[in-house]
Amino acid sequence: MSKGFSNSSVGRKILMALSGFFLLIFLVQHLVINLISVVSADGFNEVSEFFGTNPVIQYLLQPVLFFGIIFHLIMGMYLDVKNKAARPIKYAMNKPSENASWVSRNMIITGVMVLLFLALHMVHFFFPTINAHYITHEHLDSFEMVASKMANPVYIGIYVAAFVFLGLHLMHGFQSAFQSVGVNHPKYSPIIKKLGTAYAIIVPLGYIFVAVYHYACSFCS
Amino acid sequence: MNLTLKVWRQKDAKAKGGLETYQIKNVSEHSSFLEMLDLLNEDLINKGEEPVAFDHDCREGICGMCSLYINGEAHGPDRKVTTCQLHMRMFKDGETVYIEPWRSKAMPVIKDLIVDRTSLERIQQAGGFISVNTSGNTQDANALPIPKPMADKAMDAATCIGCGACVATCKNSSAMLFVAAKVAQYSYLPQGQIERKERALNMVEQMDKEGFGNCTNTGACEVECPKGISLEFIARLNSEYLGASVTSGQ
Repeated sequence: MSKGFSNSSVGRKILMALSGFFLLIFLVQHLVINLISVVSADGFNEVSEFFGTNPVIQYLLQPVLFFGIIFHLIMGMYLDVKNKAARPIKYAMNKPSENASWVSRNMIITGVMVLLFLALHMVHFFFPTINAHYITHEHLDSFEMVASKMANPVYIGIYVAAFVFLGLHLMHGFQSAFQSVGVNHPKYSPIIKKLGTAYAIIVPLGYIFVAVYHYACSFCS
Repeated sequence: MNLTLKVWRQKDAKAKGGLETYQIKNVSEHSSFLEMLDLLNEDLINKGEEPVAFDHDCREGICGMCSLYINGEAHGPDRKVTTCQLHMRMFKDGETVYIEPWRSKAMPVIKDLIVDRTSLERIQQAGGFISVNTSGNTQDANALPIPKPMADKAMDAATCIGCGACVATCKNSSAMLFVAAKVAQYSYLPQGQIERKERALNMVEQMDKEGFGNCTNTGACEVECPKGISLEFIARLNSEYLGASVTSGQ
């Protein structure tokens, strides 16, 4: 690897794309676990227990995931600051919507909204899990924790909004990541764009479905 | 047609500029945008005022000298044209037209609507060339067979006239489309292979040094490019750069 790679504009773009790809895979994995909670409370507890205690996941995969998330968000914000500085005098009259989509121009806004949700998500689910497993060593009913949080309509509102922002972020991010690593082909790029749109709609909808399902279930019993 | 013009006036590179309002009457809808500015300047000279400075040269869309951010878009509201090819029939009678210089830290204003685009030239000097001996013993052009699709691709990239519209229109003020065209054009051709890796690495390094922003794949550059340079070439640059970074000895 050349010395300047990670300091160069193209290198950083490629690194943003690679961390983005990684997060795309993580989103699917997390969604699958969430969907288990709809099917079986015991199954969800078992899977949560496994993910929360397995040393490979806890000490290897989880730190890699954190690094991926933190890298993606810090680099994204850093690049945005640099990009804004590259035009110190703004146009008096500008029509950006004439040549670029809203989602492509506002990745920083949709990204920061997802980040804010992520902070809330950590407080609600991740920290209590870590606390139960490593500090208090109490048994944690993960399903009960999820179900009780999801019974709160305010939380559901925030949750749905966050995943709409995530969907908007992915609407540009998915296909943009391919372009960044150099994949742009007359035959395959239209398919990648369609796949990206499908992913950006289906995956966030999946998360929203699980949340709304648990909210609806809170009225059942 | 009659128009109200809001034109950026700036005495020199150091002065603080601002928008000035001018009225212009009896503009033919068949005239080009630059001809309309010529009329404005004649008016200003007749009144004893300083004419508006703007870049222009060939006036047939091939030199890349004319620029101007017109009503919020690079080279104005028409597509795949330079400002000299922009007709006044694209505007409505009585319309207010904003005319601003390209805005980028790497392309500062010299005077009025003229910006310093030597940053693009320095990127070109960093690697946008091939080294061949042309003294007395020039090889016949047809001696080196090049497949037609490759020649076409190289030609598509080589149509870049270096006007800087991509930088001006990019929300990040990125020069990626320009650099991509200049790197890509040689990457398809046998003559470009010898310096291929160094070219990608050095031109990107120079682009970053000049203070251009980073590409976020919004695609605005492709839409506003008067020569229709495709985003495909930016993907090409990305893979050229990645390949060169991994395998180069630098």
